[in-house]
Amino acid sequence: MIQSSFAERNLRILFPLPAIIFVALLMIFPVLYTLFLSFTNWNLTSGMPLSFNGINSYLRVLTEPRFLHAVGRTFAFTFFAVVIESFLGVAIALILNRAFVGKSIAKLLFLLPLVATPVAVGIVFNLFYDPTIGLANFVLKSLGLPQGLWISSAGSVIPSLILVDVWQWTPMITLIVLAGLAGLSEEPVEAARVDGASEWQILRYVTLPMVMPVILTAVILRLIDALKTFDIIFAMTGGGPGYASETLNIMGFKYSFEYFRMGQSSVILVALFLIVFLCSLGIMKLRASSEI
Amino acid sequence: MNKKLITNIFFYLLVVAIALVVLFPFLWMLASSFKTQVDIISWPPKFIFSPTLQNYQKVFGEQDFLKYFLNSTIVGSLAVGLSLVLGLPAAYSISRYAQKKLAVFILLARLMPGICFLMPWYIIFSRLNLMDSYVALVLSHMLIALPIVVWIMSTYFNSIPREMEESAMVDGATRQYAFWAIILPLSGPGIITATTLSFIFSWNNFMFSQVLSMEKTKTLPIAVYNFVSYAEVDWGGVMAAAVAIMAPAIILTMIFQKYVVKGLTMGAVKG
Repeated sequence: MIQSSFAERNLRILFPLPAIIFVALLMIFPVLYTLFLSFTNWNLTSGMPLSFNGINSYLRVLTEPRFLHAVGRTFAFTFFAVVIESFLGVAIALILNRAFVGKSIAKLLFLLPLVATPVAVGIVFNLFYDPTIGLANFVLKSLGLPQGLWISSAGSVIPSLILVDVWQWTPMITLIVLAGLAGLSEEPVEAARVDGASEWQILRYVTLPMVMPVILTAVILRLIDALKTFDIIFAMTGGGPGYASETLNIMGFKYSFEYFRMGQSSVILVALFLIVFLCSLGIMKLRASSEI
Repeated sequence: MNKKLITNIFFYLLVVAIALVVLFPFLWMLASSFKTQVDIISWPPKFIFSPTLQNYQKVFGEQDFLKYFLNSTIVGSLAVGLSLVLGLPAAYSISRYAQKKLAVFILLARLMPGICFLMPWYIIFSRLNLMDSYVALVLSHMLIALPIVVWIMSTYFNSIPREMEESAMVDGATRQYAFWAIILPLSGPGIITATTLSFIFSWNNFMFSQVLSMEKTKTLPIAVYNFVSYAEVDWGGVMAAAVAIMAPAIILTMIFQKYVVKGLTMGAVKG
């Protein structure tokens, strides 16, 4: 009989152990530390030592209009961006889901926005949006429409930022749905066609239901990322004008690294963490129940 | 017959239109990077102009761009390399022992907002005198790369039949030897996918580097962002900088297109 070694018997724990320790140190510990700080009034610039103030930071931040607006803005940005990206992304995937000349080039093009550095993308769109020299106003003018202020006005800054997000991330949904469509079996479609179903009926009652789990997962992945959008907003507006484009992520960043009010920033971060965590739980549940 | 031709023409027009929308910001960025300041700020915008290299000369000459480029490369390579070292055995264990909870645990790092770790890191790394150090930056970027490696590789290992290592183990090899000598050599495509994708995400990362790096370890996205802040109106230079930072990620994507698509779509489509 061969006696297996200690290492071999405990491989299921030993192999992932370094990764587990790493994630615990770099993620779990910091999150707990943030939770701890949220019950203090620590301010790095005041020079005062850290002291507990119970839920005072919570009371202070959670009732502040600036915070409540940031929460609303985060949800509004995420909702509109993801809804537009989902419809456009699925529609484009359905259009491209056939053999055609240049399909591989088209797919390569769709990859490019996904790998483009977000900060640089934001800067390029800043040039588009420039009210005096930008292409955006040139297009409006050429169409005989009134020109806009884009990211320079509180009224239009969020839609302008959503447009950038839509440009960059719609291809993600398209590519995922395309891969899902490619994995479907042909038989149900053929059977429906033999039974005399129209193309629209096949799409509505056969193809879409079959690919729906993939679409849902793509949308929820996108949703979680959209809630955390930081780079383009920070690079394009820094949360401005005023606070007009300040999402939770941006507000947390400013409280942490511009005002150094660590106690209050921790409250913002705990709120953001909970929002994203609950959404993530949702995706896990969904994946588990639909066996995607 | 005629109807089919019209449908086809319509289809290709649509594809070209979509492709133009996707491509246009890149083309405009590229074009602007070869324009003089006068051409950029002229109204209406100029579509035809005589190209100049002065923006690139300025960016690569006056700025320490090569240093930032090197910093991005060092941080990305080390973060990805170390993530492979930690992530490959973890992914193997998740795949072979069906450790779903462990997979979710590591995946949380991909789902949770980075700023929730960044604020405490800032405090901790300051205390440890690790601000503006490669150590802090590489550790932070590993939290980007590791979940990608684990996710992609555990899926990839699932596609390798267990018989591969089990037959070696029947012959007396240990499981860890079989992993090293049999499974890893079969994992080339998966490792290429994981490496390319996690390197690109590290390369593009802005928030972690913005806080943790200063003059010594500054990476490209920070350099480009700073370039905008103090050269607000120099659009040509800014566009040249944007081209310089995007080019490596785009070239990598073109070379490893097949792998990148696979990695990006793996999140939703098993296989």
